[in-house]
Amino acid sequence: MSVLEAIGSSVIDRLAYVGSLTTQFCSALSAFPRLAPFVGRRGRWRSAMKQMSAIGVDALPMVAIVAACGGSILAIQSASELSQFGAMQLVVDIVVIAFTRELGPLLTAIVVSGRSGSAISAEIGTMVVTEEIDALRTMAVDPIELVLAPKFLAAMIVVPCLTVVSNLCGILAGAAFMYFKIKMTLPIYLRYVANAMVLRDVFTGLVKSLVFATIIVHVGCMEGIRVKGGPEAVGRSATSAVVKSTLLVIFADLFITAIFYMASAK
Amino acid sequence: MESPVISVRGLTVSYGDQRVLDGVNLDVQRGEVMVLLGGSGSGKSTMLRHIIGLERPDSGTVLVQGVDINRCTARELKAVRRGMGVAFQEGALFSSMSVEENIELPLRELTTLADPVIEIMTFIKLASVGLSEAGKLLPQELSGGMKKRAAVARATALDPEILIFDEPSAGLDPIVAAELDELILFLKRAFQMTIVIVTHEMTSAFRIADRLAMLYHGSLIAVEDKASFQASTDPRIRQFLDRIPQHIAESESVQRRLREFAGVTGA
Repeated sequence: MSVLEAIGSSVIDRLAYVGSLTTQFCSALSAFPRLAPFVGRRGRWRSAMKQMSAIGVDALPMVAIVAACGGSILAIQSASELSQFGAMQLVVDIVVIAFTRELGPLLTAIVVSGRSGSAISAEIGTMVVTEEIDALRTMAVDPIELVLAPKFLAAMIVVPCLTVVSNLCGILAGAAFMYFKIKMTLPIYLRYVANAMVLRDVFTGLVKSLVFATIIVHVGCMEGIRVKGGPEAVGRSATSAVVKSTLLVIFADLFITAIFYMASAK
Repeated sequence: MESPVISVRGLTVSYGDQRVLDGVNLDVQRGEVMVLLGGSGSGKSTMLRHIIGLERPDSGTVLVQGVDINRCTARELKAVRRGMGVAFQEGALFSSMSVEENIELPLRELTTLADPVIEIMTFIKLASVGLSEAGKLLPQELSGGMKKRAAVARATALDPEILIFDEPSAGLDPIVAAELDELILFLKRAFQMTIVIVTHEMTSAFRIADRLAMLYHGSLIAVEDKASFQASTDPRIRQFLDRIPQHIAESESVQRRLREFAGVTGA
Protein backbone atom coordinates (compact mmCIF):
# COMPACT_ATOMS: atom_id res chain seq x y z
CA MET A 1 0.00 0.00 0.00
CA SER A 2 2.73 2.42 0.96
CA VAL A 3 4.55 1.66 -2.32
CA LEU A 4 1.41 2.51 -4.25
CA GLU A 5 0.99 5.65 -2.21
CA ALA A 6 4.57 6.67 -2.90
CA ILE A 7 4.18 6.08 -6.64
CA GLY A 8 0.87 7.92 -6.67
CA SER A 9 2.14 10.94 -4.82
CA SER A 10 5.25 11.18 -6.95
CA VAL A 11 3.16 11.02 -10.12
CA ILE A 12 0.89 13.72 -8.73
CA ASP A 13 3.94 15.84 -7.90
CA ARG A 14 5.25 15.49 -11.46
CA LEU A 15 1.86 16.40 -12.91
CA ALA A 16 1.58 19.38 -10.60
CA TYR A 17 5.03 20.50 -11.74
CA VAL A 18 4.04 20.32 -15.40
CA GLY A 19 0.81 22.10 -14.52
CA SER A 20 2.56 25.00 -12.85
CA LEU A 21 5.00 25.18 -15.77
CA THR A 22 2.01 25.52 -18.09
CA THR A 23 0.46 28.28 -15.98
CA GLN A 24 3.76 30.11 -15.94
CA PHE A 25 4.08 29.64 -19.70
CA CYS A 26 0.64 31.14 -20.31
CA SER A 27 1.20 34.18 -18.13
CA ALA A 28 4.61 34.80 -19.72
CA LEU A 29 3.08 34.48 -23.17
CA SER A 30 0.34 36.95 -22.28
CA ALA A 31 3.02 39.46 -21.25
CA PHE A 32 4.63 39.40 -24.71
CA PRO A 33 2.65 42.33 -26.18
CA ARG A 34 4.06 44.58 -23.45
CA LEU A 35 7.58 43.54 -24.48
CA ALA A 36 7.36 44.54 -28.11
CA PRO A 37 9.59 47.39 -29.29
CA PHE A 38 7.91 50.84 -29.72
CA VAL A 39 4.44 49.74 -28.57
CA GLY A 40 5.34 47.86 -25.35
CA ARG A 41 6.30 49.27 -21.95
CA ARG A 42 9.47 51.26 -21.92
CA GLY A 43 12.64 49.41 -21.04
CA ARG A 44 11.17 45.92 -21.61
CA TRP A 45 12.49 45.51 -25.14
CA ARG A 46 15.89 46.74 -24.02
CA SER A 47 16.03 44.12 -21.28
CA ALA A 48 14.98 41.47 -23.82
CA MET A 49 17.87 42.62 -26.05
CA LYS A 50 20.26 42.26 -23.12
CA GLN A 51 19.01 38.73 -22.56
CA MET A 52 19.42 37.93 -26.26
CA SER A 53 23.03 38.91 -25.93
CA ALA A 54 23.48 36.83 -22.77
CA ILE A 55 21.63 33.73 -23.97
CA GLY A 56 22.49 33.91 -27.66
CA VAL A 57 25.54 35.95 -28.61
CA ASP A 58 27.64 34.82 -25.66
CA ALA A 59 26.80 31.18 -26.39
CA LEU A 60 27.91 31.41 -30.05
CA PRO A 61 31.50 30.16 -29.62
CA MET A 62 30.42 27.24 -27.46
CA VAL A 63 27.59 26.23 -29.80
CA ALA A 64 29.90 26.51 -32.82
CA ILE A 65 32.63 24.40 -31.25
CA VAL A 66 30.24 21.72 -29.98
CA ALA A 67 28.50 21.51 -33.37
CA ALA A 68 31.80 21.38 -35.28
CA CYS A 69 33.07 18.58 -33.04
CA GLY A 70 29.75 16.77 -33.32
CA GLY A 71 29.81 17.08 -37.12
CA SER A 72 33.39 15.76 -37.31
CA ILE A 73 32.64 12.84 -35.00
CA LEU A 74 29.56 11.88 -36.98
CA ALA A 75 31.47 12.07 -40.27
CA ILE A 76 34.43 10.05 -38.95
CA GLN A 77 32.26 7.34 -37.42
CA SER A 78 29.99 6.93 -40.44
CA ALA A 79 32.92 7.11 -42.90
CA SER A 80 34.68 4.17 -41.31
CA GLU A 81 31.60 2.01 -41.93
CA LEU A 82 30.48 3.44 -45.27
CA SER A 83 33.94 3.30 -46.89
CA GLN A 84 33.72 -0.50 -46.74
CA PHE A 85 30.81 -0.30 -49.18
CA GLY A 86 32.36 2.46 -51.27
CA ALA A 87 29.50 4.78 -50.35
CA MET A 88 31.51 7.70 -49.02
CA GLN A 89 29.14 10.28 -50.53
CA LEU A 90 26.46 9.04 -48.12
CA VAL A 91 28.47 10.58 -45.27
CA VAL A 92 27.24 13.95 -46.50
CA ASP A 93 23.62 12.80 -46.35
CA ILE A 94 24.06 11.43 -42.86
CA VAL A 95 25.65 14.62 -41.53
CA VAL A 96 23.10 16.89 -43.20
CA ILE A 97 20.02 14.92 -42.17
CA ALA A 98 21.25 14.25 -38.64
CA PHE A 99 22.08 17.88 -38.03
CA THR A 100 19.05 19.57 -39.55
CA ARG A 101 16.61 17.15 -37.99
CA GLU A 102 18.19 16.27 -34.71
CA LEU A 103 21.70 17.16 -33.62
CA GLY A 104 21.58 20.87 -34.43
CA PRO A 105 18.61 21.63 -32.16
CA LEU A 106 19.58 19.09 -29.52
CA LEU A 107 23.23 20.08 -29.11
CA THR A 108 22.20 23.73 -29.03
CA ALA A 109 19.56 23.02 -26.39
CA ILE A 110 22.06 21.18 -24.22
CA VAL A 111 24.57 24.02 -24.45
CA VAL A 112 21.89 26.64 -23.72
CA SER A 113 20.50 24.59 -20.85
CA GLY A 114 23.93 24.29 -19.27
CA ARG A 115 24.78 27.96 -19.78
CA SER A 116 21.51 29.83 -19.44
CA GLY A 117 19.18 27.40 -17.68
CA SER A 118 21.47 27.34 -14.68
CA ALA A 119 22.09 31.09 -14.90
CA ILE A 120 18.36 31.87 -14.98
CA SER A 121 17.56 29.68 -11.98
CA ALA A 122 20.52 31.03 -10.01
CA GLU A 123 19.55 34.63 -10.78
CA ILE A 124 15.90 34.18 -9.87
CA GLY A 125 16.77 31.97 -6.88
CA THR A 126 19.03 34.70 -5.53
CA MET A 127 16.24 37.22 -6.02
CA VAL A 128 13.96 34.96 -3.97
CA VAL A 129 16.52 34.59 -1.17
CA THR A 130 17.17 38.34 -0.98
CA GLU A 131 13.40 39.03 -1.00
CA GLU A 132 13.66 40.92 -4.30
CA ILE A 133 10.80 38.87 -5.79
CA ASP A 134 8.68 39.63 -2.71
CA ALA A 135 9.57 43.30 -3.09
CA LEU A 136 8.36 43.23 -6.70
CA ARG A 137 5.09 41.60 -5.67
CA THR A 138 4.46 44.15 -2.95
CA MET A 139 5.18 46.90 -5.49
CA ALA A 140 2.38 45.45 -7.63
CA VAL A 141 4.92 44.62 -10.35
CA ASP A 142 4.48 41.17 -11.86
CA PRO A 143 7.82 39.32 -11.52
CA ILE A 144 6.89 37.13 -14.49
CA GLU A 145 6.50 40.13 -16.75
CA LEU A 146 9.58 41.94 -15.49
CA VAL A 147 12.01 39.06 -15.00
CA LEU A 148 10.85 35.99 -16.89
CA ALA A 149 9.12 37.29 -20.01
CA PRO A 150 12.18 39.14 -21.43
CA LYS A 151 14.27 35.99 -21.02
CA PHE A 152 11.56 33.89 -22.63
CA LEU A 153 11.18 36.21 -25.61
CA ALA A 154 14.96 36.42 -25.99
CA ALA A 155 15.33 32.64 -25.93
CA MET A 156 12.52 32.18 -28.47
CA ILE A 157 14.42 34.44 -30.86
CA VAL A 158 18.03 33.43 -30.31
CA VAL A 159 17.80 29.67 -29.77
CA PRO A 160 16.50 29.04 -33.33
CA CYS A 161 19.29 31.34 -34.57
CA LEU A 162 21.85 29.34 -32.60
CA THR A 163 20.36 26.17 -34.08
CA VAL A 164 20.96 27.50 -37.58
CA VAL A 165 24.55 28.31 -36.62
CA SER A 166 24.89 24.85 -35.15
CA ASN A 167 23.60 23.22 -38.35
CA LEU A 168 26.01 25.31 -40.38
CA CYS A 169 29.02 24.45 -38.24
CA GLY A 170 28.20 20.75 -38.14
CA ILE A 171 27.81 20.57 -41.91
CA LEU A 172 30.98 22.60 -42.51
CA ALA A 173 32.90 20.31 -40.17
CA GLY A 174 31.69 17.46 -42.40
CA ALA A 175 33.05 19.36 -45.38
CA ALA A 176 36.48 19.69 -43.77
CA PHE A 177 36.54 15.97 -43.04
CA MET A 178 35.53 15.04 -46.57
CA TYR A 179 38.23 17.31 -47.97
CA PHE A 180 40.98 15.69 -45.91
CA LYS A 181 39.66 12.17 -46.42
CA ILE A 182 38.82 11.99 -50.11
CA LYS A 183 39.77 15.50 -51.35
CA MET A 184 36.14 16.41 -51.99
CA THR A 185 36.15 20.16 -52.65
CA LEU A 186 33.69 22.54 -51.04
CA PRO A 187 31.56 23.27 -54.17
CA ILE A 188 31.03 19.55 -54.77
CA TYR A 189 30.32 18.98 -51.10
CA LEU A 190 27.76 21.78 -51.13
CA ARG A 191 26.06 20.25 -54.15
CA TYR A 192 25.67 17.00 -52.20
CA VAL A 193 24.39 19.02 -49.23
CA ALA A 194 21.81 20.73 -51.44
CA ASN A 195 20.64 17.33 -52.61
CA ALA A 196 20.35 15.91 -49.10
CA MET A 197 18.80 18.92 -47.37
CA VAL A 198 15.03 19.13 -47.27
CA LEU A 199 13.24 22.28 -46.14
CA ARG A 200 10.92 20.12 -44.06
CA ASP A 201 13.84 18.84 -41.99
CA VAL A 202 15.15 22.34 -41.35
CA PHE A 203 11.65 23.39 -40.38
CA THR A 204 11.09 20.53 -37.92
CA GLY A 205 14.51 21.28 -36.42
CA LEU A 206 13.51 24.90 -35.85
CA VAL A 207 10.16 23.90 -34.35
CA LYS A 208 12.05 21.65 -31.95
CA SER A 209 14.43 24.45 -31.01
CA LEU A 210 11.48 26.70 -30.15
CA VAL A 211 10.06 24.03 -27.86
CA PHE A 212 13.48 23.44 -26.27
CA ALA A 213 13.95 27.16 -25.64
CA THR A 214 10.58 27.30 -23.92
CA ILE A 215 11.41 24.33 -21.72
CA ILE A 216 14.83 25.63 -20.70
CA VAL A 217 13.67 29.11 -19.74
CA HIS A 218 10.56 27.97 -17.89
CA VAL A 219 12.21 25.14 -15.97
CA GLY A 220 15.07 27.50 -15.03
CA CYS A 221 12.60 30.09 -13.78
CA MET A 222 10.44 27.56 -11.95
CA GLU A 223 13.44 26.10 -10.13
CA GLY A 224 14.54 29.60 -9.19
CA ILE A 225 11.11 30.62 -7.91
CA ARG A 226 10.88 27.47 -5.80
CA VAL A 227 14.09 28.20 -3.90
CA LYS A 228 13.50 28.06 -0.16
CA GLY A 229 16.18 28.79 2.38
CA GLY A 230 19.64 30.13 1.87
CA PRO A 231 22.45 30.32 -0.67
CA GLU A 232 23.03 26.56 -0.85
CA ALA A 233 19.44 26.16 -2.08
CA VAL A 234 20.33 28.47 -4.98
CA GLY A 235 23.16 26.14 -5.97
CA ARG A 236 20.86 23.15 -5.78
CA SER A 237 18.24 24.91 -7.88
CA ALA A 238 20.82 25.57 -10.62
CA THR A 239 21.73 21.87 -10.68
CA SER A 240 18.15 20.70 -10.79
CA ALA A 241 17.30 23.28 -13.47
CA VAL A 242 19.94 21.76 -15.75
CA VAL A 243 18.97 18.18 -14.90
CA LYS A 244 15.24 18.71 -15.33
CA SER A 245 15.45 20.87 -18.43
CA THR A 246 17.83 18.45 -20.17
CA LEU A 247 15.57 15.55 -19.33
CA LEU A 248 12.44 17.37 -20.50
CA VAL A 249 14.22 18.48 -23.68
CA ILE A 250 15.04 14.84 -24.51
CA PHE A 251 11.45 13.76 -23.76
CA ALA A 252 10.05 16.57 -25.89
CA ASP A 253 12.47 15.66 -28.66
CA LEU A 254 11.29 12.06 -28.64
CA PHE A 255 7.68 13.19 -28.63
CA ILE A 256 8.06 15.68 -31.49
CA THR A 257 10.15 13.26 -33.55
CA ALA A 258 7.48 10.59 -33.12
CA ILE A 259 4.77 13.01 -34.23
CA PHE A 260 6.68 14.12 -37.33
CA TYR A 261 7.54 10.49 -38.11
CA MET A 262 3.91 9.45 -37.92
CA ALA A 263 2.85 12.45 -39.98
CA SER A 264 5.34 11.62 -42.71
CA ALA A 265 4.63 7.89 -42.67
CA LYS A 266 1.08 8.42 -43.82
CA MET B 1 -14.66 56.31 14.92
CA GLU B 2 -12.93 56.05 11.56
CA SER B 3 -12.50 52.51 10.28
CA PRO B 4 -9.00 51.12 10.74
CA VAL B 5 -6.54 51.17 7.84
CA ILE B 6 -5.39 47.64 8.52
CA SER B 7 -7.69 45.17 10.21
CA VAL B 8 -6.56 41.63 10.97
CA ARG B 9 -9.25 39.20 12.17
CA GLY B 10 -8.67 35.67 13.44
CA LEU B 11 -5.47 35.20 11.46
CA THR B 12 -4.35 31.59 11.81
CA VAL B 13 -1.30 30.17 10.09
CA SER B 14 0.38 26.78 10.42
CA TYR B 15 3.53 25.45 8.83
CA GLY B 16 3.07 21.70 8.88
CA ASP B 17 2.04 20.71 12.39
CA GLN B 18 3.41 23.88 13.93
CA ARG B 19 0.91 26.65 14.54
CA VAL B 20 2.73 29.94 13.91
CA LEU B 21 -0.17 32.36 14.35
CA ASP B 22 -3.24 31.50 16.36
CA GLY B 23 -6.31 33.66 15.81
CA VAL B 24 -4.59 37.05 15.83
CA ASN B 25 -6.75 40.21 15.85
CA LEU B 26 -5.20 43.62 15.26
CA ASP B 27 -6.42 47.03 14.13
CA VAL B 28 -4.12 49.76 12.94
CA GLN B 29 -5.64 53.26 12.84
CA ARG B 30 -4.91 55.93 10.26
CA GLY B 31 -1.74 57.91 10.91
CA GLU B 32 -0.43 55.88 13.81
CA VAL B 33 2.87 54.09 14.26
CA MET B 34 2.16 50.53 15.32
CA VAL B 35 5.14 48.55 16.55
CA LEU B 36 4.87 44.79 16.45
CA LEU B 37 7.08 43.28 19.13
CA GLY B 38 8.01 39.72 19.86
CA GLY B 39 10.94 37.42 20.35
CA SER B 40 12.53 35.33 17.63
CA GLY B 41 10.06 32.75 16.35
CA SER B 42 7.03 34.50 17.86
CA GLY B 43 5.48 34.82 14.39
CA LYS B 44 5.91 38.54 13.80
CA SER B 45 7.59 38.22 10.40
CA THR B 46 4.91 35.72 9.37
CA MET B 47 2.24 38.18 10.42
CA LEU B 48 3.91 40.92 8.40
CA ARG B 49 4.04 38.70 5.30
CA HIS B 50 0.31 38.10 5.65
CA ILE B 51 -0.47 41.78 6.09
CA ILE B 52 1.30 42.57 2.82
CA GLY B 53 -0.45 39.64 1.13
CA LEU B 54 2.60 37.58 0.23
CA GLU B 55 1.12 34.46 1.79
CA ARG B 56 -2.36 33.11 2.29
CA PRO B 57 -3.57 32.32 5.80
CA ASP B 58 -5.21 29.03 6.81
CA SER B 59 -8.12 31.04 8.13
CA GLY B 60 -8.92 34.60 9.10
CA THR B 61 -9.05 37.81 7.10
CA VAL B 62 -6.74 40.72 6.47
CA LEU B 63 -8.48 43.94 5.46
CA VAL B 64 -6.29 46.72 4.13
CA GLN B 65 -8.23 49.94 3.57
CA GLY B 66 -11.41 47.91 3.64
CA VAL B 67 -10.29 45.39 1.00
CA ASP B 68 -9.91 41.73 1.91
CA ILE B 69 -6.55 41.08 0.28
CA ASN B 70 -7.01 37.33 0.10
CA ARG B 71 -10.38 37.41 -1.61
CA CYS B 72 -10.25 40.49 -3.81
CA THR B 73 -9.69 40.70 -7.57
CA ALA B 74 -6.20 41.15 -9.02
CA ARG B 75 -7.03 44.74 -9.87
CA GLU B 76 -8.13 45.57 -6.31
CA LEU B 77 -5.00 43.92 -4.93
CA LYS B 78 -2.88 46.00 -7.27
CA ALA B 79 -4.59 49.17 -6.06
CA VAL B 80 -4.05 48.16 -2.42
CA ARG B 81 -0.40 47.44 -3.07
CA ARG B 82 0.10 50.78 -4.78
CA GLY B 83 -0.95 52.45 -1.55
CA MET B 84 1.47 50.39 0.49
CA GLY B 85 5.23 50.65 0.73
CA VAL B 86 7.31 47.83 2.16
CA ALA B 87 10.90 48.13 3.34
CA PHE B 88 12.36 44.67 3.75
CA GLN B 89 14.82 43.61 6.41
CA GLU B 90 17.84 43.34 4.11
CA GLY B 91 16.55 46.13 1.88
CA ALA B 92 15.75 43.77 -1.02
CA LEU B 93 17.21 46.31 -3.44
CA PHE B 94 17.64 44.95 -6.96
CA SER B 95 21.31 44.15 -7.09
CA SER B 96 21.62 44.60 -10.84
CA MET B 97 20.38 48.20 -10.70
CA SER B 98 21.84 51.36 -9.22
CA VAL B 99 20.15 52.96 -6.21
CA GLU B 100 18.53 55.52 -8.52
CA GLU B 101 17.15 52.87 -10.85
CA ASN B 102 15.80 50.96 -7.86
CA ILE B 103 13.75 53.96 -6.79
CA GLU B 104 12.75 54.77 -10.37
CA LEU B 105 11.41 51.23 -10.88
CA PRO B 106 8.01 51.62 -9.18
CA LEU B 107 7.59 55.04 -10.80
CA ARG B 108 8.37 53.65 -14.25
CA GLU B 109 6.29 50.52 -13.80
CA LEU B 110 3.18 51.95 -12.19
CA THR B 111 2.90 55.49 -13.49
CA THR B 112 2.97 57.14 -16.89
CA LEU B 113 5.11 60.05 -15.74
CA ALA B 114 7.66 61.49 -18.17
CA ASP B 115 11.34 60.69 -17.64
CA PRO B 116 12.38 64.16 -16.35
CA VAL B 117 9.58 64.06 -13.75
CA ILE B 118 10.67 60.60 -12.63
CA GLU B 119 14.26 61.81 -12.31
CA ILE B 120 13.23 64.78 -10.17
CA MET B 121 10.98 62.64 -7.96
CA THR B 122 13.76 60.11 -7.50
CA PHE B 123 16.14 62.86 -6.48
CA ILE B 124 13.64 64.24 -3.95
CA LYS B 125 13.06 60.77 -2.46
CA LEU B 126 16.79 60.16 -2.18
CA ALA B 127 17.34 63.56 -0.62
CA SER B 128 14.56 62.95 1.92
CA VAL B 129 16.44 59.91 3.24
CA GLY B 130 19.82 61.67 3.01
CA LEU B 131 21.16 59.70 0.08
CA SER B 132 21.23 62.36 -2.65
CA GLU B 133 24.93 61.69 -3.29
CA ALA B 134 24.58 57.90 -3.54
CA GLY B 135 22.17 57.62 -6.51
CA LYS B 136 24.69 56.19 -8.94
CA LEU B 137 26.04 53.54 -6.58
CA LEU B 138 25.09 49.89 -6.71
CA PRO B 139 23.38 48.33 -3.65
CA GLN B 140 26.51 46.24 -2.92
CA GLU B 141 28.49 49.46 -2.49
CA LEU B 142 26.21 50.78 0.27
CA SER B 143 26.61 50.30 4.00
CA GLY B 144 23.88 48.55 6.01
CA GLY B 145 22.24 51.78 7.14
CA MET B 146 22.35 53.30 3.66
CA LYS B 147 20.71 50.18 2.24
CA LYS B 148 17.82 50.48 4.68
CA ARG B 149 17.40 54.16 3.91
CA ALA B 150 17.44 53.40 0.18
CA ALA B 151 14.78 50.76 0.82
CA VAL B 152 12.66 53.40 2.58
CA ALA B 153 13.13 55.73 -0.36
CA ARG B 154 11.92 53.01 -2.73
CA ALA B 155 9.02 52.09 -0.46
CA THR B 156 7.88 55.72 -0.35
CA ALA B 157 8.43 56.38 -4.06
CA LEU B 158 4.71 56.31 -4.86
CA ASP B 159 3.76 58.27 -1.71
CA PRO B 160 1.99 55.33 -0.08
CA GLU B 161 -0.48 55.79 2.77
CA ILE B 162 0.87 52.76 4.58
CA LEU B 163 4.54 52.06 5.20
CA ILE B 164 5.58 48.66 6.45
CA PHE B 165 9.00 48.14 7.90
CA ASP B 166 10.65 44.83 8.76
CA GLU B 167 13.32 45.11 11.47
CA PRO B 168 14.58 48.63 10.72
CA SER B 169 17.35 48.61 13.30
CA ALA B 170 18.53 45.01 13.02
CA GLY B 171 22.26 44.88 12.41
CA LEU B 172 22.84 48.61 12.65
CA ASP B 173 24.98 50.54 15.09
CA PRO B 174 23.08 52.67 17.65
CA ILE B 175 23.75 55.96 15.88
CA VAL B 176 22.51 54.77 12.50
CA ALA B 177 19.56 53.04 14.18
CA ALA B 178 18.66 56.35 15.88
CA GLU B 179 18.89 58.14 12.53
CA LEU B 180 16.48 55.62 11.08
CA ASP B 181 14.07 56.20 13.98
CA GLU B 182 14.15 59.93 13.26
CA LEU B 183 13.52 59.21 9.58
CA ILE B 184 10.44 57.16 10.46
CA LEU B 185 9.11 59.91 12.73
CA PHE B 186 9.79 62.45 10.00
CA LEU B 187 7.82 60.39 7.47
CA LYS B 188 4.92 60.14 9.88
CA ARG B 189 4.92 63.90 10.57
CA ALA B 190 5.50 64.98 6.99
CA PHE B 191 3.20 62.62 5.11
CA GLN B 192 0.75 61.40 7.80
CA MET B 193 1.67 57.85 6.89
CA THR B 194 0.32 54.87 8.74
CA ILE B 195 3.40 52.91 9.73
CA VAL B 196 3.69 49.30 10.88
CA ILE B 197 7.08 48.24 12.20
CA VAL B 198 8.34 44.86 13.27
CA THR B 199 11.21 45.04 15.68
CA HIS B 200 12.67 43.69 18.89
CA GLU B 201 14.77 46.75 19.68
CA MET B 202 13.01 48.22 22.73
CA THR B 203 14.71 51.63 22.72
CA SER B 204 13.77 52.20 19.12
CA ALA B 205 10.25 50.84 19.68
CA PHE B 206 9.52 53.25 22.55
CA ARG B 207 11.00 56.16 20.60
CA ILE B 208 8.78 55.78 17.55
CA ALA B 209 5.65 53.90 18.61
CA ASP B 210 2.17 55.28 19.19
CA ARG B 211 0.96 51.84 20.17
CA LEU B 212 2.76 48.55 20.70
CA ALA B 213 1.53 45.03 20.04
CA MET B 214 3.27 42.05 21.56
CA LEU B 215 3.25 38.61 19.93
CA TYR B 216 4.01 35.63 22.13
CA HIS B 217 4.08 32.13 20.62
CA GLY B 218 1.68 33.08 17.84
CA SER B 219 -0.86 35.01 19.94
CA LEU B 220 -1.18 38.73 20.53
CA ILE B 221 -0.94 39.16 24.30
CA ALA B 222 -1.11 42.95 24.41
CA VAL B 223 -2.00 45.90 22.21
CA GLU B 224 -1.44 49.04 24.25
CA ASP B 225 -0.08 52.56 24.10
CA LYS B 226 3.46 53.33 25.20
CA ALA B 227 2.79 54.25 28.84
CA SER B 228 0.55 51.32 29.73
CA PHE B 229 2.82 48.92 27.86
CA GLN B 230 5.80 50.10 29.87
CA ALA B 231 3.80 49.75 33.08
CA SER B 232 2.52 46.30 32.19
CA THR B 233 2.71 43.60 34.85
CA ASP B 234 2.25 40.67 32.50
CA PRO B 235 5.26 38.41 33.22
CA ARG B 236 5.75 37.64 29.52
CA ILE B 237 5.98 41.34 28.69
CA ARG B 238 8.11 42.08 31.76
CA GLN B 239 10.52 39.36 30.72
CA PHE B 240 10.85 41.02 27.31
CA LEU B 241 11.23 44.54 28.72
CA ASP B 242 13.59 43.62 31.54
CA ARG B 243 15.65 41.28 29.37
CA ILE B 244 15.31 38.21 31.57
CA PRO B 245 16.86 35.18 29.90
CA GLN B 246 14.69 32.12 29.38
CA HIS B 247 17.24 29.34 29.69
CA ILE B 248 20.34 30.17 31.72
CA ALA B 249 21.83 26.72 31.81
CA GLU B 250 20.17 23.37 31.52
CA SER B 251 22.56 21.67 33.91
CA GLU B 252 19.95 19.18 35.05
CA SER B 253 19.15 17.87 31.60
CA VAL B 254 22.80 17.91 30.51
CA GLN B 255 23.79 15.82 33.51
CA ARG B 256 20.96 13.40 32.83
CA ARG B 257 22.07 13.02 29.20
CA LEU B 258 25.67 12.43 30.26
CA ARG B 259 24.61 9.79 32.74
CA GLU B 260 22.62 8.07 30.01
CA PHE B 261 25.67 8.07 27.75
CA ALA B 262 27.79 6.59 30.52
CA GLY B 263 25.17 3.91 31.07
CA VAL B 264 24.57 5.00 34.65
CA THR B 265 20.93 4.70 35.61
CA GLY B 266 19.15 5.99 38.67
CA ALA B 267 20.34 8.83 40.86
